[in-house]
Amino acid sequence: MRAIGIILAGGNSHRMKELSKKRAIGAMPIAGSYRSIDFALSNMSNSHIQKVGVLTQYNARSLNEHLSSSKWWDFGRKQGGLFVFTPTITADNGFWFRGTADAIYQNISFLKNSHEPYVVITSSDCIYKMDYNKVLEYHIEKKADITVVCKDIPEGENVERYGTIKMNEESRIEEFEEKPIVAKSNTISCGIYVIRRRLLIELIERCAMEDRYDFVKDILIRYKNQKRIFGYKIKDYWKNIASVEDYFNTNMDFLKPEIRNYFFRQYPDIHSKVDDLPPAKYNVGAKVSNSLISSGCIVNGTVEDSVIFKKSFIGNNCYIKNSIILNDVYIGDNCHIENCIVESRDTIRANSFHKGEDGIKVVIEKNERYVI
Amino acid sequence: MIKKEMIAMLLAGGQGSRLGVLTSKVAKPAVAFGGKYRIIDFPLSNCINSGVDTVGVLTQYQPLRLNTHIGIGIPWDLDRNVGGVTVLPPYEKSENSEWYTGTANAIYQNIDYMDSFNPDYILILSGDHIYKMDYEVMLDFHKQNNSECTIAVMPVPMEEAKRFGIMITDENKKITDFEEKPANPRSNLASMGIYIFNWKTLKEALIAKADQPNLDFGKHVIPYCHAKGAPMYAYEFNGYWKDVGTLNSYWEANMELIDIVPEFNLYEEYWKIYTKAEALPPQYVSSEGVIERSIIGEGTEIYGQVYNSVIGCGITIGKGTVVRDSIIMNNTEIGDGCELNKAIVAENVVIGNRVKLGVGEEAENDTAPHIYNHGIVTVGEKSVIPDDVQVGKNSVVFGVTTAQDYEDGALGSGKTLIKAGDEQ
Repeated sequence: MRAIGIILAGGNSHRMKELSKKRAIGAMPIAGSYRSIDFALSNMSNSHIQKVGVLTQYNARSLNEHLSSSKWWDFGRKQGGLFVFTPTITADNGFWFRGTADAIYQNISFLKNSHEPYVVITSSDCIYKMDYNKVLEYHIEKKADITVVCKDIPEGENVERYGTIKMNEESRIEEFEEKPIVAKSNTISCGIYVIRRRLLIELIERCAMEDRYDFVKDILIRYKNQKRIFGYKIKDYWKNIASVEDYFNTNMDFLKPEIRNYFFRQYPDIHSKVDDLPPAKYNVGAKVSNSLISSGCIVNGTVEDSVIFKKSFIGNNCYIKNSIILNDVYIGDNCHIENCIVESRDTIRANSFHKGEDGIKVVIEKNERYVI
Repeated sequence: MIKKEMIAMLLAGGQGSRLGVLTSKVAKPAVAFGGKYRIIDFPLSNCINSGVDTVGVLTQYQPLRLNTHIGIGIPWDLDRNVGGVTVLPPYEKSENSEWYTGTANAIYQNIDYMDSFNPDYILILSGDHIYKMDYEVMLDFHKQNNSECTIAVMPVPMEEAKRFGIMITDENKKITDFEEKPANPRSNLASMGIYIFNWKTLKEALIAKADQPNLDFGKHVIPYCHAKGAPMYAYEFNGYWKDVGTLNSYWEANMELIDIVPEFNLYEEYWKIYTKAEALPPQYVSSEGVIERSIIGEGTEIYGQVYNSVIGCGITIGKGTVVRDSIIMNNTEIGDGCELNKAIVAENVVIGNRVKLGVGEEAENDTAPHIYNHGIVTVGEKSVIPDDVQVGKNSVVFGVTTAQDYEDGALGSGKTLIKAGDEQ
């Protein structure tokens, strides 16, 4: 591949509420066994991009732990590799990353020291499968300066969290609005961009000189008439998880056979850090229906329409319905959990009752766990 | 200079013919176990957990699966700058080229490998036992006693002692005598096939006995060391240890994993067992799915009912299918409306719809009753079983079978159906 990759994993979203207290969105657990950044990393690796930089800032501990070794995504190479950039204080700069463009600017040597002609930029909070080579081919064919991957979402759906795009008949972007109150279009940007490396360096440096820090606002929108910016429309599955509802719904999507088949059984595979957990165990009294159960779990109670992440324990006579139980949760006997997201490493005492009445309830309970 | 205090040599070349069709295409150490593991994962994980980071794996019989599984040892953290895991197949020499003709002969042919690490001690392991053991503690015992050869033993019931190599020791655990499968055992300490030798002692013995045909540890090397008067000790081990050499013991060892708190517990934080993960996604249980007292691997989709079973990774179990007391290995597909009773189904098998395995009266197997017994139905890897057939107890199916192979749609109990020739 003639490109390097940049994954923007620095941001926080207040829409994630309590869930982002613990981790960056890129480290959010997805579909039982994965973290959301696995999708971007696997796409990079499967597209034969060999050199990837991950820009992190907000609450990066959990993410850094996940990225502690690059071998799971096959980036443990002499050529290229996985680079994690956190903000540092240098002689010339004492700021945090003030925006996406600033984050790239503060690590511009990563771009300057590479020799691949193109850069693929993506975010860490989107769940999708993509061969970036296809986008790059399109980019070259259109003689574009920047290509933005975009997707039509159903009419009437709320687009105010996204950037919306209007394209002309040859797919050149004419209008780009960030988080509009009244949307003029139902085509949204997926936050995936292809750009020539030298052009990116030039635009980022100019941005920095003018004290501008945001890639979308200060590059895409500002230059949309001056540069040839094209849209590349996808029809495949693509979901952003940066709100509690979207996070919940995206996980629940994996209960659908066609989604599981698309991500888990069709080439190429999504890779993740391997945890060396034993197979899931179902004891007498376990009743599981329409649910995903991950390795290392021990199930004694009833689980319906739920996603149970790795290494969770579900006690006798429990009833778990329409919920997401994150990693390493211990649920005591006789608990009722409905319409909830239970935060990882929680310990829920026996006989607890949690129910999300209108919407999803996030349960965070740090009780002491007795190791038997 | 390269120096390792102790290196391990893992004997993984045997066929394990008592596992029948399960080992007709793979070496026994590569046979799947416990949902997601392979038998060799247990000694390899013991090695790294004991701080032994140099392991030579001796392969000979059908090594492809084993080689793919081990790779450069990443899952066990055995990818090292110096040492790590090395696969050692037999090789051609300028003279006297031969296969590995016995356990000690295999070690003898790799003297150069061991010498390159300047070891003080050599740990000899076999790749066909299920156990968790700290070899470092055994080494401490070896050093404390100034032993030159330490043999791990475990107490067995006296009536079973005649099936094992038995060590007779004095009160200090010093070995005074030993007997191979004695009719009237004088002790109940059975050898587990795990030895620590001083490298000097072992090397001397291997070279002295080099011309012995089928050079074997139990039969030749140990008696030789004993005759020379080398101090030998028995290290008693009291944890879980299971030889999975026969279909029935293999089946039992798997079934022991599904107890509420199994004697051999995979869920402990301490002493993890590592394996090469073949699938990552979680398992899916549909709304018709029922699972009780079972363990199930990653990426498996269950639409039917599973009771008392060990199910591997990437398996599909169809609607209305009932699986009881069975072991199903990775990437097997089972259709709708089937019934499996006490079946061992190897990897990549395709079973059609409405197939019944393990039904009818029990009958002795017609070709190899010493292998296929205890009512277990065995299906070899990559086999295909067509729709609407019945297979009885103690029977074997191996290869791509079609409806014509089943007389009146049934294979009676004790029958053997092995389609010769390589499948495509």
